[in-house]
This record gives sequence, structure tokens and C-alpha cells, in this order.
Amino acid sequence: MYRWEQMSARRIKEFVIESCIRLSGLLVIAFVFLIFLFLLRDALSLFRVYRLGEFLFGRNWQPVSEPPKFGMVPLLLGSIYVTVGAIVICVPIGVASAMFIAEVAPQFLKHVLKSMVEILASIPSVVLGFIGIVWLGPFLRNTFNLSTGMCGLTGSLLLAFMALPTIISISEDALVSVPKSYREAAFGLGATNWQTLWRIVLPSASSGIIAAVMLGVGRVIGETMVVMMVTGNAPVIPHSILKPLRTLTATIAGEMGETVGGSEHYFALFAVGLVLFVLAFLINLLADVYLRKARK
Amino acid sequence: MNGARTRQKVAFFVLGVATLLVMAPIAMTILYIIKNGIGAVTWQFITESPRNGMKEGGIFPAIVGTILLVIGTMVFSLPLGILSAVYLVEYARDNIFTRMIKLSVVNLSGIPSVVYGLFGFTLFVIFLKLGTSILAGSLTLAIMSLPVIITATKEALEAVPASFREISLSLGATKWQTVRHCVLPYAVPGILTGTVLSLSRAAGETAPILFTVAAFYLPRLPRSVFDQVMALPYHLYVISTQVPNMPMRLSFATGFVLIALVFLMNLVSIVLRAHFRKKKQW
Amino acid sequence: MVAEAIIRTVNLNSYFSSLQVLKNINLEINRNEILGIIGPANSGKTTFLRALNRLNYLDPAYSQDGEIFLANQNISDLSDTVLRKKIGIIFALPQVLPVSIYDNVAYGPRVHGTTQRKKVSEIVEDALRKAYLWDEVKDRLDLPAPRLSGGQQQRLCIARTLAVEPEVILYDEPCSGLDPISTAKVEDAMQQLKENYTQILVTNNTKQAARVSERCGFFLMGELVEIGETSAIFTHPRDKRTDDYVSGRFG
Repeated sequence: MYRWEQMSARRIKEFVIESCIRLSGLLVIAFVFLIFLFLLRDALSLFRVYRLGEFLFGRNWQPVSEPPKFGMVPLLLGSIYVTVGAIVICVPIGVASAMFIAEVAPQFLKHVLKSMVEILASIPSVVLGFIGIVWLGPFLRNTFNLSTGMCGLTGSLLLAFMALPTIISISEDALVSVPKSYREAAFGLGATNWQTLWRIVLPSASSGIIAAVMLGVGRVIGETMVVMMVTGNAPVIPHSILKPLRTLTATIAGEMGETVGGSEHYFALFAVGLVLFVLAFLINLLADVYLRKARK
Repeated sequence: MNGARTRQKVAFFVLGVATLLVMAPIAMTILYIIKNGIGAVTWQFITESPRNGMKEGGIFPAIVGTILLVIGTMVFSLPLGILSAVYLVEYARDNIFTRMIKLSVVNLSGIPSVVYGLFGFTLFVIFLKLGTSILAGSLTLAIMSLPVIITATKEALEAVPASFREISLSLGATKWQTVRHCVLPYAVPGILTGTVLSLSRAAGETAPILFTVAAFYLPRLPRSVFDQVMALPYHLYVISTQVPNMPMRLSFATGFVLIALVFLMNLVSIVLRAHFRKKKQW
Repeated sequence: MVAEAIIRTVNLNSYFSSLQVLKNINLEINRNEILGIIGPANSGKTTFLRALNRLNYLDPAYSQDGEIFLANQNISDLSDTVLRKKIGIIFALPQVLPVSIYDNVAYGPRVHGTTQRKKVSEIVEDALRKAYLWDEVKDRLDLPAPRLSGGQQQRLCIARTLAVEPEVILYDEPCSGLDPISTAKVEDAMQQLKENYTQILVTNNTKQAARVSERCGFFLMGELVEIGETSAIFTHPRDKRTDDYVSGRFG
């Protein structure tokens, strides 16, 4: 009944396919390592000729001066300024919107609002950067009487806008997955919708919301095009968010074209990239921890 | 009790205002681009090449370039993404190895796009000697798209009822036969929508293609996958930051075309999702 | 007729993580008989059944020791695909694939390598006849299987299993979701199949076991308490626990 030649051929084919599938699973891990290794390789080339301490704590980023200075602090502070500015704006508004969508809006409005958020999520960052240049920058310049509209604040506003979908959708998920029994218990005791929301639902969704904020931070810190187009181009230590500054991401994107492969400047940009990679890795790791907590 | 009711009204009002603060700018942004750009979006604009340092003419090569990059991204990311997800859902056991894979997917999704650009440059352009090319750009975008495809495929596979697998295995089918005939076909809708979504994101990305494929001013069409190519997002970036005296209406028109392309892809994904939800047979 | 054992279990113990579900089961099943397996819920009946075609291993927490022999061959010498071809199973709720009736029945033969259209069609018709379903569906083989009634779906599952030409058919409470008429049709099919197949029926319904089986085994809390001729089990069981169960003192 069993044709043995056919059986073996089938077994071999099956083995090959299963091996490919197992390999694919491995490749994902391999990519993360590969990225880290390639960044490390070129970053380390910098530290052969430039002190690591100077890179991490130096306050001057002047790649074309003689001798060149690759202090990362102004860039890091630039990233921190726009990130903090963005988070301060988008977290309250985002979480509040998530609460509105999850708990207050009637069914049809929920659909509309969620679609709008998805639309926002799909707008390419370069388009938002473009809007920053042609409208938001000049608007802020006129409103606050600044010397230029290309400053940290413009970046923060646009980044806050970009991070909203992440904050809103993950917070909304967290709110919706609070067990019905919690709410029913509160209603049973005579609480209003708002009291239930504020005192019971929100606190129990807190892990998920914290995860949402962290993922939002990760998104903002990693954003390149918007900051490159609207925050000015001043790799100096920022003293005010109303002045031009430079982030880690914009530095890489902006200066890569001007470096010569194998030069110190080239390796320095990879060192900046490595810093970004590690930062993003840590933030995402933390966010994942909170997401797991939320799922329990 | 009145105090609590009033507090609720105020609180909900505040929440509503916050939501409005989100929704209004979204609508205004879209309308702003449409209003200022649609005038210049003519047939010539879409089908001609740029002239006079991009200040005149059309954006045809950029549109073609973006489409080519999307196709290239799909070719590399789809098979790998689907197979990885199949491994995670159907074959992997609950051990540290599997947890590492899941963690890696999370990490890949959080890496900044410019870091992908650096990686793509040093691995594909330099190390593998592909040069700045459609190939290098597609490969870079493909790795960037992997997490989304893997996650969407994973969810689609997990949604297939366990009974299908049990039936197949109890009749003596192998694991792969079970996956191929009783699981994958029913996961296709979810995989499809996830793929289109991830490709629409890839179409709008600038940073990963900055060093790996994008050309500043390349009015002719590419002749091979080893050629550089123009791309819509990069084009918009260049004309809004590096071309002096650029006619505004052309910039807006470029932005409009880019948004339209991305929205069209999103629309396709939504339509697909609705279509398959209707056709669901179980 | 001398009874010939087609399946033998030797000191079979089953565990889900650290919970022991089957304790030292030693049992023989004779060729071409219908063996009933009765007992209250959670007594290990389903676990025993599924141990025979290694379906328990779909749960990563499962482990077992002891041996199972099919026609004097240790089943651990057989691959999963071969074992499950020889021992088929019908589940409690009718599980059909969301494809046509024809494709449901054809699935088994196709995965085992039969692809010629004519041969497959012959197998499908033969299996549907044996399951007493052919006359009801012969004109609409393209109909999606989920559209059939519960009873028809369950007979479709029987046909599906028959299509791979098993030697043994396992039934895991197959009529629990069916009305009495459909149940009767399934039981009729089982009687007709006796001629060529060995069948094992796990059931919560003692009356069904009494109707259908020739021998019966009583499982309680993972142990095989008693096994013997069905009439003996129901009229004068040797063990008090068996007596309590079949007379309804507990269930």
C-alpha cells in the first residue's frame, strides 16, 4: 500500500521545508545581532583615535574644525529637549483622547475617531516636516517673535502630533481590556461613569498606559525627518527650546552625505547610531516589560 | 449626587476637548495639503520628468522609484516574515529561544529609521558591494518592515481555529501539510492586510533610503536593480530644504501625490479587511 | 471465534504536567469488536482514547510511560502519519473543514499521496456510502460542509476517517451533540462497520454503551476498574464501583 519511493521523497521535501521555516525564525534574532555588530564595528574605529569619554561627555560637536571635536552632549540634549517637549504635550492630550474614545464616545463616533487616528499614523514624516517648514515654523516665529521658526518647539509640536497614534491606540487597548467586573462592581456601589473611569479603570490600565508612553518616547527619539527639517541645524547645547538645536538622529542623516568613508567623522556618526540603537533597545525593553504586566 | 454628576459633565467635556485638539489638526493638515497641492497635480505632473533642477516638470521618475522600492520590499520581506511567523506559531516550543525571537521582533520594530539607513549602508552598500541601488534600498526597507509583517501574520495564524489543525493531524497529515492546507489559506486575509499596511509605511519612509538608494536628480528611469532611483519622500525632502526658489505649488503637489499614494494603499488594506470579514466561512 | 487482540496497552500511565490522568492501564482490544468505554467525567476515558493515536502529544504538557501495541507492533515504531492513518478518530463535536463535502472526505487520501481525480472520487463515494451519507449528499458534493446538519456532519467525519482506510476507529462521545434520530443513524453505521473495522466508543451515555458495544470497560479516576462482556458489566458487575455507576448511584 505504501510506495516507498514516494514516501522518502515526501519526507525529504518535508524536511527541507521545515528547515527553512526554522531558519527564518533564527534570522530574526540574527538581524538584531547583525545590526548591533555592524554599528559597533564602525563605532569602535572611532574610539581607536578618539577618547570614548570625550565622545560621551564632550560638549562640542564640531566635525570640521581642526582638530575635529565629537562631543555628543549637545546632540543628546537636543534629542532630550524635543522629546520632553513632545511628551509633555502629547501624553495628557493622548491619554485624554484615549479615555474619550474608549469610554465616552458612542459607537459610530468611536469608529470615526479611530479611523482619524489611523489616518494620522499613516502620514509620512517627511510630509509633516514639510508642513513644519511652510506653515508651523513661520506661524510660531510670528506668534512668539522669534528670530527663526526652525527651533526645538516646532519640532516638539510636530513630534507630539506624530506620537499621538501610538499613545492613543495602546492606551485605548489598555483601557478596554480592564475587566468588565471591575466596572460593574463600581456601578453596583453607585459610582458615576466618570468616577469609575477615574478611580478604577484608569489605575488598573496604568501598566498599559505607561507602556504606551514609553513606546511614544521611543518613536519620538527615533524620528529623523521631522527634526532634520524643522529644528534648525545648530549642534550646540540648547539653552531654550525656542532656539535651533540638533538631535542625534538629524546629525546622522544630515552629515552622512558630507563624510568620507573611513574618516573619523564617518565613524563618529556610527558611534551616534550605536547610541541611538542602545537607547531604543532599552526603551523598548522597558515598554515590553510594562506591556506584559498589563496583559496579566 | 448632583456634585458628582456635574463633575462628570465637566470631566467628559475636558476629554472631548482633548480629542478635538487631536482630530482638528489631522483634518486641517490633510485639507491644507489637498487645497494647496491639488491645483498643480496635472497629468503632465505625474507623467513627466523634472526639469530645471526640479523647479519645473513632473515627478514621474520619483513615482516609479517609489513603486519599485515597494515591490522590492515586498519581495524580500514577505516570504521571510511569513515563514518566521509560521515558525513562531506552529513549530516553536515554549523555551528561551522562542522568547528571544519574540524579543528580537519587538526590538526590530523600535529601531530608529535612520539607524536602519546606517545599517543598510554599511551592510548592503559597502560590505556586500551592492552600491547605492534599488536592491540595497529594498533590502533595508524589507528588514524594517519585518516586524509588522511578522506580527500581522502571527495574529492571522493564531485566529485560525485549533480544530482545523487537529482534524488534519488526526488524519495522518504531516505538520507542514497541516500548515499549508488547513491553516495558511485561512490566514491569508490577515496576512494580506498586514502586508499592505507595512508596505504603505515603507513607501513613505525617507531615512532608510537616504544613503542606500535615493538619487538627488535622476530624470531617467532606472535600467537595473543596481541603479539608483528617485523616490517621492526623498524628493519632497530635497525640494523643500535644498532647492532655492522652489515653486511652492509643486512642493505641495509632490506632498499631495505622496499622501495620496499612501492613503490609496491604506484604503486597499481596509477594503481587503472588510471583504474577507464578509466572506469568513467559520 | 477466537478473539484476537489488535491493540494492547501495557502499564500505560499518562500525565499532564505533574497530574497523573491514567494509572497503569492494561487492556486488550479485540479485532472487529466494538469496545465501549464508560465512566464519569474526568476519569481519563478521552485521554486513553487519544493515547492510542498519539493525539495527546499536541498538548506540550503531556507525557506518558508504558507501551501500546497495534497488531503486535509497538506504536512508537510507527511514525505519526502512519499511526494516524491506521487509527482514525471521530471527535465529540462534529468538526468539519470549511470546504466542500467532497474536499473534506478527499483531504485524507490527498495528503497520503493519492491525487488522481478518478481514484479520489471512487474513494470519496465509497467512504460516504459506508458512513450512510451518500444518498443524502450525492447530488451536492460541492456544498460547503458547515451547511450540513449536526448529524450529517458527524457522519461526514466518519466518512472522512474511512477514506484513509484505517484499521481502528476511535469515537470520543460522538453523539453528545446530536438528536436521537441522528444518534441512531450513527449507531447504525457503527454496526455495519463492525465487519471490517475495530471500533472503540467512549461515551457518557451508559445506555448507548449497552446498545452498541459487545465488551465494555469502566474507567474511574484514571483506573480501569473492570472490563468484560457488556451484558455482564450491566447486569452483574464484579466491582462495587462499577455497580454504583451503571445503576446511577453516581455519575
